[in-house]
Amino acid sequence: MSQEFRLANEGLIDRSKKISFKFNGKKYIGYDGDTLASALIANGIHLVGRSFKYHRPRGFFGAGVDEPYALVQLIRNNETIPNIKATEQELFEGLEAKSVNCWPSVNFDIGGINNFLRIFLPAGFYYKTFMWPKSFWYRIYEPFIRKAAGFGVVTHDHDKERYEHKYEYCDLLVTGSGPSGLASAYSAAKNGAKVILAEDKPRFGGSLLTSEVNIGNQTGKEWADKIITELKEMPNVVVKNRAQVFGYYDHNMLVMSERLTEHLPKSEKFKPKQRLWYIRAKEVVISSGSIERPLVFGNNDTPGILLSSAAKEYMKVYGVLVGKKPLIFTNNDSAYETAIEFKRNGVNPIVLDSRKELSSDLINEAKNLNIDIKFEYVVVNANGYRKVKSADVAKISEDKTKLGKIENIQCDCICVSGFWTPTIHLASQSGGKTKFNEEIDAFIPSQSKQNETTVGSANGTFNLDDTLKNSFEAGYQLSKKITANDNKQPVPSVVEKKTSKHDKFWCVPLPKGKKYKRFLDFQNDVAVSDIELALREGYRSIEHVKRYTTLGMATDQGKTSNLNGLQLVSNIENKVVPEVGHTTFRPPYTPVSIGAIVGREVGKHSKPTRKSPMHTWHEKNNAVFVDAGLWLRPRYYKRGEETLFDASKREAENVRKNVGVCDVTTLGKIDVKGPDAAEFLNRVYTNAWLKLPVGKARYGVMLREDGIVMDDGTTTRISENHYHMTTTTAQAANVLSHLEYYLQVVWPELNVNVVSTTEQWAGAAIAGPKSRDLLQKIFPEVDCSNEGLPFMGFIETKLFGVYARIFRISFSGELAYEVNVESDNGNFMWEKIVELGKEFNIQPYGTEALSTLRIEMGHVAGSELDGRTTPYDNSLEGLISKKKDFIGKRSLQKEAFIAPDREKIVGVVPLDKKTSIPEGSYIVKDADAKLPNPKLGHVSASCWSVEYNNPFSLAIIKDGKNMIGQKLYALSPLKNKSIPVEIVSSHYVDPKGERVRS
Amino acid sequence: MLFIKCPYCGIRSQNEFAYGGDATVKRPQLNKEISDKEWDDFVYNRKSLRGKHLEFWHHISGCRQWFKVHRDTATHEIFKTLKPNEEL
Repeated sequence: MSQEFRLANEGLIDRSKKISFKFNGKKYIGYDGDTLASALIANGIHLVGRSFKYHRPRGFFGAGVDEPYALVQLIRNNETIPNIKATEQELFEGLEAKSVNCWPSVNFDIGGINNFLRIFLPAGFYYKTFMWPKSFWYRIYEPFIRKAAGFGVVTHDHDKERYEHKYEYCDLLVTGSGPSGLASAYSAAKNGAKVILAEDKPRFGGSLLTSEVNIGNQTGKEWADKIITELKEMPNVVVKNRAQVFGYYDHNMLVMSERLTEHLPKSEKFKPKQRLWYIRAKEVVISSGSIERPLVFGNNDTPGILLSSAAKEYMKVYGVLVGKKPLIFTNNDSAYETAIEFKRNGVNPIVLDSRKELSSDLINEAKNLNIDIKFEYVVVNANGYRKVKSADVAKISEDKTKLGKIENIQCDCICVSGFWTPTIHLASQSGGKTKFNEEIDAFIPSQSKQNETTVGSANGTFNLDDTLKNSFEAGYQLSKKITANDNKQPVPSVVEKKTSKHDKFWCVPLPKGKKYKRFLDFQNDVAVSDIELALREGYRSIEHVKRYTTLGMATDQGKTSNLNGLQLVSNIENKVVPEVGHTTFRPPYTPVSIGAIVGREVGKHSKPTRKSPMHTWHEKNNAVFVDAGLWLRPRYYKRGEETLFDASKREAENVRKNVGVCDVTTLGKIDVKGPDAAEFLNRVYTNAWLKLPVGKARYGVMLREDGIVMDDGTTTRISENHYHMTTTTAQAANVLSHLEYYLQVVWPELNVNVVSTTEQWAGAAIAGPKSRDLLQKIFPEVDCSNEGLPFMGFIETKLFGVYARIFRISFSGELAYEVNVESDNGNFMWEKIVELGKEFNIQPYGTEALSTLRIEMGHVAGSELDGRTTPYDNSLEGLISKKKDFIGKRSLQKEAFIAPDREKIVGVVPLDKKTSIPEGSYIVKDADAKLPNPKLGHVSASCWSVEYNNPFSLAIIKDGKNMIGQKLYALSPLKNKSIPVEIVSSHYVDPKGERVRS
Repeated sequence: MLFIKCPYCGIRSQNEFAYGGDATVKRPQLNKEISDKEWDDFVYNRKSLRGKHLEFWHHISGCRQWFKVHRDTATHEIFKTLKPNEEL
């Protein structure tokens, strides 16, 4: 089909560049500069989708971001993207799009039967219809509704496009490039301010692209082009099109999404799809313009009925006629511009004006062009199903309640204009107050909360002269405040047509005996009758009416429906609109891709990955890694077909029998330095620290002020005023913040500095009965005997020429050492240990074997120090100093903490010595007791004891000490297990701790 | 996102900071006999104000200094930021 609705010359499109595209599988031709909507209309296509609830045919209603109907599924680069507004999607070669919410096709949609069932689908029908039987909801109702409702389809594939984030700072952010935005941006930029001007459409100029005005002896568009060209050349100005400022957040931070490639075919050269700008602006000028309001009459959602401003934009920007027999229905002057534009293009429109005959520049011009105008006439009902065919019209009485004789007028489109609604979303999002302006029957911003100023029609100023004056002044004043410059630009003279007052009338009464659906919200199928019903059912708050009826929800957020909805509620309630108020405007103003919000932080980039210096060695030696916070740690080193269980058992057994080496680089390390370091540690840890000699390590526990254990670890006195503190891997960052808090806030008089040295040291734990022999090999000059380097001893030395620290500390319960070297030497150290360890049958061991070793020794770790337990619960009472005060000590007196049946750590062994106890199991007295079965405690950690070759677990249970020897049960409802167990000491292996001291 | 003036670094975005709780609470002195109530007031009891609130923030991805922020909890307006030893 040729583009039979395309005008010969009019428009800003490039007729020399033909573009072919597909819609619902059929090929069409459009031009460069078209949107999908304008190209479809040029080809006579008005049926593009089906409505949300009744599956009524849907066409186009607007020409931009306000579009409630024309949502399509876009297929681009083999990806399918839902919720694309055809009025915003620019045409590119090979574009493919499909209708949504219809099956099997948009022309014949089975769901259309809902239109006839609509008496069963009133407001709130979800709550009324699908309530019982209850079991039907998940199985029948919900799947059915999900299939029948909604727009578009999301895929389960990863979004392969790239989205970027950018942070920007500016003096002035201007949101919209209509006359008010251009004027304020220009005026501020000329006065030296750093300006960002954002325009959501591809073309700059806003209403100047379509209005018949003169600014300083130029047409509106010429003036806009000149200003934009000048702004783009200024170094202090950033001008962005296809950029929507969608959110206004605290402290003048605004977020803008910039569409970079969605208007282009796939290119070989890489470009991100969208860029999200976080803009911190000193001042914001909101120049977001206004959106035309619909008029409400019977079947006013039929395809071919659209806003009169949109019809004008299709002609003037895209050179497209929305129809050849247009009917224009208005309550104000602006629709006359549309009528005049039709006439100029050789089409004869009929204008129905609800007002009593009156005159103005525009009306007179229309009259002089012999346009047929019927005053005090309204459209009562639109006829036609897939496209409007005719309109029932009638004269209306002066009080707008009585209709005259119904007449029928043939037409192929109806252009409606119910006056203008300022776009106050951003001003309201900023926290500013709004007020109802009786002059224009709409809300405008009244009191700013943040540094924002609203100008132009967004502020209810509809004439160009005032708009330019106010905007030039705003740009000047705001920039002067910031730059202290004083270059004021002259305001150009304006020639524009004077308009007459609009009519407050907006909703056509139903003729006697007719029950036409009169739609308020076109996206959600909310009709006048739905609002009436909601109010009859007792809903009063506008926020409740919104949720119950879905008025103003979904992707268009009521851009065209809000005010008419408020008008209706106030009419029924006999109130005025400001008494009803409006619903809250929340970001985003228009839908934003999830991908844009996420940005580059996807997959492995969602968080940093920390690797030890020995990581490559682990990889080469078949390590299977596990996430430990941000770190990757070897969980076990796989040999052949080994399972996790086999490998960790082998590794742990080798530690008990020979010697093993474990990468402990990830442990948190904090340098504590200063003359008061000992005193500080004494306050931070529960045990005594003042007398720790240089060259000795000590195990310590630190509490939160509420008495709960925060972390544990060893700290070594390196020199008089220098300590090396270790923390658990997980708590390293929290402990550092905790120490900084006490040093900076609570005890600033202490002369101590702390700094994280986790990354500075690579650590290897060498553990097992043969570890001393190996250590002696590595450090031949060091006396590694029990006397030379006793338990909890520390020395500084050299490892084949590189500086090294040796700590005789043990987590495995075996004779063990921890060697630290500077990170760069980590791999060198590791390879030396493995090489020299060969003769002692050394094996590397991972976190799983490490856990096994510590569990059967009864050493507590993160699963016991879980943020709920006290030192007493963990049998750490030996570490609680009675003589000194420390962080959290006062809390340990709490009644609950010293209760005799307080939970306590114990060991748990299954009676059959075979069945492993799942971690998290409950310990109970009677496995078959009536539910809820009284719980004694829970299993915190489980392992296969390599020492005894049977399962062993740690548990924290009530009155644990007195439970030792008792036969109880471990229940795991998740794994459906009930295991008879015996409670034993938590120190299952080497309870006296002889090995570490050997 | 808030814009917070660290007294040491100047104005930075909220994502560099961590919130640190009520700054009007003073830790009781060490080794001092105090009642359960005094201790509970220090550890647990907070006013959870709607309005002006003096609170600690930590410039965790910056200079790592703790400081005080005088902020309106309802509007997020920040009136003043202070070093830990400074009073309003």
